[in-house]
Amino acid sequence: MSRIQARFAKLKAEGRSGLAPFITACDPDLETSARILNGLPAAGADLIELGMPFTDPMAEGPSIQVSYLRALKAGATMKKTLDLVRGFRARDNETPITLMGYFNPIHHMGCEAFCKAAAEAGVDGLIVVDLPAGEDGELRVPANRCGIDLIRLAAPTTDDRRLPTVVEGASGFLYYVSITGITGAATPDFGEVETQVARIRKGTGLPIVVGFGIKTPEHAKAVARFADAAAVGSALVSEVGAAKSGDEAVARVHGLVSRLAEGMRSAR
Amino acid sequence: MTAIPKPNSYRTGPDAQGHFGKYGGRYVAETLMPLILELERAYLAARADPAFQAELDGYLAHYVGRPSPLYFAERLTAHLGGAKIYFKRDELNHTGAHKINNCMGQILLALRMGKTRIIAETGAGQHGVATATVAARFGLPCIVYMGEVDIERQKPNVFRMKLLGAEVRSVTSGSRTLKDAMNEALRDWVTNVHDTYYIIGTAAGPHPYPMLVRDFQAVIGNEAKQQMMEREGRLPDSVVACIGGGSNAIGLFHPFLDDPSVQIVGVEASGHGLDSGMHAASLTAGSPGVLHGNRTYLLQDDDGQITEAHSISAGLDYPGIGPEHAWLKDTGRVEYVSATDQDALEAFQLCARLEGILPALEPSHALAHVIRAAPKLPADHIMLMNLCGRGDKDVFTIGEALGAKL
Repeated sequence: MSRIQARFAKLKAEGRSGLAPFITACDPDLETSARILNGLPAAGADLIELGMPFTDPMAEGPSIQVSYLRALKAGATMKKTLDLVRGFRARDNETPITLMGYFNPIHHMGCEAFCKAAAEAGVDGLIVVDLPAGEDGELRVPANRCGIDLIRLAAPTTDDRRLPTVVEGASGFLYYVSITGITGAATPDFGEVETQVARIRKGTGLPIVVGFGIKTPEHAKAVARFADAAAVGSALVSEVGAAKSGDEAVARVHGLVSRLAEGMRSAR
Repeated sequence: MTAIPKPNSYRTGPDAQGHFGKYGGRYVAETLMPLILELERAYLAARADPAFQAELDGYLAHYVGRPSPLYFAERLTAHLGGAKIYFKRDELNHTGAHKINNCMGQILLALRMGKTRIIAETGAGQHGVATATVAARFGLPCIVYMGEVDIERQKPNVFRMKLLGAEVRSVTSGSRTLKDAMNEALRDWVTNVHDTYYIIGTAAGPHPYPMLVRDFQAVIGNEAKQQMMEREGRLPDSVVACIGGGSNAIGLFHPFLDDPSVQIVGVEASGHGLDSGMHAASLTAGSPGVLHGNRTYLLQDDDGQITEAHSISAGLDYPGIGPEHAWLKDTGRVEYVSATDQDALEAFQLCARLEGILPALEPSHALAHVIRAAPKLPADHIMLMNLCGRGDKDVFTIGEALGAKL
């Protein structure tokens, strides 16, 4: 059983929805992001999404765009991103880590080489925003061979005609993009999201993680009622941006993660 | 680069998945996937519908002013003392560049699809002006994304777009040029999928854009071929066009791809020089990658981060290239060369004085190649260059580069 499968089995046994915080590797710098990452499970994270910085993140709102640029300015590279995962894995062998980002840096390294290095570092899943079903074979095949899940995304525009393509060959979990828009923009209508998640569950038995537009403990609580996990990104990287020091960034991110986790635990 | 087998025809791409060889494809967020699949279905239906083509032809003739002339550049030819040089005068189109050929096709498609809001990205502003023009003509609201740097260096076009009723949104992220404008337009589209049509200005982006932009621009090459047969009774020996994203070039080249006697040359912008690190020559000095929905040649660093392009010409200042050009480079069918800022400025001045035409800085790059190549060729070599835009928009940039006070 993979770490992702084991974690969702545990959440199911505990009868609750998980929290999947997103942070950017090397934001605001390598050392601080290592402290943020390593402290996430204790703050209440059930799964972790680690952003791979990219110059041209076309699906991200301003918060994550700025976060990626901060990280790149601080010298972020794919090697450092994988080093962060390796450092985390030495401490925690249970919390799944999914790398999230765009295809070009992976493509540049080579899909095979990247998957081997990621698996060796302790990565469990990949979310590659600009690599949709139908185009992702060149990464999915080597990833699966290395024991890594390539996570598929579904969106409100993923109609019943498209959905079978999205779930075909999917593994790990399904990421439901709760709004038609960029990350951290509009707040979704959670009633509508619940309806959509129910529709998608008819097409797949995979756990469903809901993300995009979830910012507050109240939002997380609303999502916890029907999703297997809630992903929060823009709100957390905004805390990094607002911090005046590394210590403050660590405290702010862990503080918000704790409040989000509390909100979710009160949902069911 | 390992040689790839020569195809029987260079004109059959893309395949059903939108690939030209290994290039092209649909690298977009899932939110956009159902939309671009719908766009592809709508476009293929329109292309097969004679009524759509007839309507487009009517607007091209009576609104855009096609066919554009094929002009023998007599004094330039005499001055260079070699090949016989012809210009395809697409700068005489309504709005002053080839961009409107594509915009007219796409807005008719948008109307056919029932879309009510138009967005576009622009670099030099020519595509923005052309989009604002057709949006005004058909009564649709229009938002144009433009990098802050480009807004500064293309002020006349910014004002033209506003006069045409478009909203110009300044893009302040990244390098604040064309690539960032394209990111922002994609973010708008992903947010407003239900009513918005995105008119991409170049033969790049996710499938079906590279195909449909090429098809709409191929009117340039189809006309030129026919005009050349009428004037000279034969095909040109070489055709030349500048390349930013590559829409004017693919429009000129595509009808000639299967004519083996025609040498085809694309001219990229090498800015301050290929060794300076400040250029926009993604085919000459870049490597394959994935950006803005397609796999193609890109300017990127050792970690796969996109690097900033540079060219004096805002329309060529883009770190990528249309995927069909990437494939044509690998097959060897098209030769890609480059010209610097300085080469383009000199070509601009020569053309102004000898032919009484102010070319845009973009085709001034193509002209720089013509000036280099023509003297070495015999007088019976016919060289056809796409003069794809007029230079009025560039007079401030050129004035600054030449140290003139306007």
